[in-house]
Parts: sequence; C-alpha cells; structure tokens
Amino acid sequence: MVTVEITSVSLLLGCVLGLLVGIGRLNSARRWVYGLCTAYVAAIRGTPLLVQLFILFFGLPQFGILLPAFVCGVIGLGIYSGAYVSEIVRGAIQSIDKGQMEAARSIGLSSGQAMRSVILPQAVVRMIPPLGNEFIALIKNSALVSLLTIHDLMHEGQKIISVSYRSLEVYLAIAVMYFVLTGLTTLALRKIELRLRVGGMVQ
Amino acid sequence: MKNVHAKTTKESAEPIISIRGLHKAFGEHVVLNGIDFDVFPSQVVVVIGPSGSGKSTFLRCCNGLEQAQDGTIDICGRTLVHKGRMLPDADLNALREEVGMVFQSFNLFPHLSVRDNVTLGPRKLRGLSRSRADAEADVLLQKVGLSHKAEAMPASLSGGQKQRVAIARALAMKPRVMLFDEPTSALDPELVGEVLQVMKLLASEGMTMMVVTHEMSFAKEVADVVAVMDGGGIIESGSPDVIFSQPTQARTREFLQAVLSRA
Repeated sequence: MVTVEITSVSLLLGCVLGLLVGIGRLNSARRWVYGLCTAYVAAIRGTPLLVQLFILFFGLPQFGILLPAFVCGVIGLGIYSGAYVSEIVRGAIQSIDKGQMEAARSIGLSSGQAMRSVILPQAVVRMIPPLGNEFIALIKNSALVSLLTIHDLMHEGQKIISVSYRSLEVYLAIAVMYFVLTGLTTLALRKIELRLRVGGMVQ
Repeated sequence: MKNVHAKTTKESAEPIISIRGLHKAFGEHVVLNGIDFDVFPSQVVVVIGPSGSGKSTFLRCCNGLEQAQDGTIDICGRTLVHKGRMLPDADLNALREEVGMVFQSFNLFPHLSVRDNVTLGPRKLRGLSRSRADAEADVLLQKVGLSHKAEAMPASLSGGQKQRVAIARALAMKPRVMLFDEPTSALDPELVGEVLQVMKLLASEGMTMMVVTHEMSFAKEVADVVAVMDGGGIIESGSPDVIFSQPTQARTREFLQAVLSRA
C-alpha cells in the first residue's frame, strides 16, 4: 500500500532529521548550527504542509528541478515531521537530569560519547509517547499527497468515487482504513514502551 | 596517629593538586574568592564549612565541571586551569579519567545494570573488551561489597548501595585522585556508615582524596588535613586535631559549635 510506504519512509526521514535538528538546538552558543536549525523549525512549523508540498511538486520544476511525485511526497512529509520530531527530541534530552551528563563527563567521556551512551538511551524512552502522536499525525497528513498525483489510499478512494458516485460509503471506508493504520501504530508503540519498561529502561 | 604522621612526611613530595588564586563568580555573586591550596599524594583532605561557603563549587572546579574565572589549577601533572583558561576538551576528558568524582545524588545511569555502570568508562575509554571490563568490575564491586548486585538495575538499590556503585564506577577508570561531593548527604542516616566504610578503605589504600562532607566524625578519624571554608575562601586548614580542638578562627569555632551541638 502506497500510504504505508510513503509514511514509513518519510517517518524515517523525519526521525533522522528531527534527531539531528533537535541536537543542533541544544546549545545556543554554537550560533550557526543553532540558528540554522531554529530557522528550519520556524519555517516548517509556520507554513501549511499543503503549501510546502505544492512548492516541492509544482514550484521546483520552474527551476528545472523535477522530482517524481513519490519523492516529493516523502521529502515533503519527512521535512515537515522532522521539525516536530526535533522539538520532541530536544524536550526529551533536556528533561534528563543534568547530573547524568556530569557523571558521564566526570569519568572522561566526551560530550558525544556521553550523548550516545548515557543521554540518548534514556531520552528515547521519554520520546515514545509524543512520537506516537507525531506518527499518527503523519499517517493522517499523508492523505494530502493524493493531491500530488500519488496513488495513495485517499487518491484510490477518490478514483473509486469518480466511477461509483458513492462518496459516503467510500470515504467512510477510507476513514476506517486510516483508523486501522493509526491504531496499529499506537499498539506497536505501546508494545515497545512496555518492553523498555520491563527491561528496566524506565522507572 | 602514626598513619597521619607517615603521610605528612610526604609533603616534601610534589603536590598532586596545586591551586593558586582560584576565583569564581556566578554573575555578580562571588563564590570562590582567591583560593590557594595544595594536596599531596595519598592525602585525605576533608573540606568543611557552612552551606553556601563554596565547598562544592571548589571541588567541582578541580575536575572542570565548573569553570573558574581566574587562577590556576595543576592536577595530576596537567594544568587544568591557567589564569582562568580551561584545558581544551580533548585534554580535559583525558584528565577526568585520572580524577574520579562521586556526587551527592549518585547519578548512576538508570538504563544500565550495576555492572554496566561500572564498565561503561573502561570499555569506551580504556579500550577494554567486555569480558576484561566485566572481570575488573566484579573485583571493584566485591571491594564495595556489592558483588551480589552486579546484574541489578540502579532503581532497585538503596541509596547507600547506589553510592557504593558510584564509587566503584569512578574507581574503574583507575583514577589518581578521588573527589567526593557530599557523598552521604542524600542518604538515610542508617546507610551513611556503609559508604564511609568504603571511603575509609580507599583512604587506607593510599588514595588521594578530597571530600566535601558534613560528617565530622569522618573528618576527625580519616582526614590528614581539614580545610574550613567560609565566604568563598579557605579560612584555615590543618590537622583534624588542631582544627577541632584549637581552631584559630572565630568563624571556625562558630561553625563547629553549630554542627557538633546538633549531634
């Protein structure tokens, strides 16, 4: 299913981007990195996703950049969710007691090593509930890519309506399918959280 | 007593920590006001003083967790701070391997087992294999009396056990100096003893230690030098006998009276 493909790839992109940008916004003393990341978050959160997608798909070709619809959808959704994920990442990292960083540094770990071995493993656990929200929002937002000629769930549904004229039934069916997708995601995340809790990662 | 005497003769040796004109302020608020102090190898220095006198900040400056604004700290053959300029990060990390730190709030890594708490540093920094690091960790855990808790997660330990793991974690880097920042202040009274016992063991093995504490009995019993801080400076220092029985400073007397009358 195209919807599943497009959301999972853009989810991955969003998480990677979000992690990097989130870490980039931890220290405002590194002016360039911090400024760039902050500008990205402000720009992406401050404009509608639909407009961003149209810029990628209809706007860029004016500069001779012609991306396939699927790529536009993935990049658009990925960049969009990356901005939100970055705030989740930043919040989770900053919620870890600063004694953890001090203890890690005091045994001689560099700040990067401390981040990887001590801070992030604890922060990831705290990211899961808000990330679940974000994943669900992304699945639902993916319906917008049907407007980029991508044959996702929404697009297929509209095609069926155009021949059957049964809009209520088809839209309801689409809603149910999105509901199943988001429901499965919620369940999967709850499983992961539970497993981490059992493993002692969360007190 | 004999022990103290043997150690003081070592003062002819080079100090392992040498601090000159250490100055630190948080904004307008001056916390350290020109400290000069030497610690010699195998000495146990206990820093006491009223709260807010700058004891913890002083200790934290000694491994670069706080940055001094002015002054010089030479420690373990390196210059940590020179005229308020700190060692670059890479050298600072190497230095911290030689200076162990134990915190008031333990700061164990809650996502790692007791054993992994101890082996993290050796595996990442001393390049030990997991099996070598585990073997070393088990020796250290035995030393602090927690062999049976190696697989446990920190959340399941008592405060005293947590602090002993924290000591083992610091020792795993084979430090030359150990800094203790109020190691028993967050503990229930009945758990203080087990932590002090481990610290006494370290002292008897000749570890150089700087200890910020309110445990006056520990200071009397174990310290070679007691340093009294007040208002961001060391107002006097000397052997525990002298400090506790004939302090020269009125502020020392007041402080001791307040602390000892409570006990």
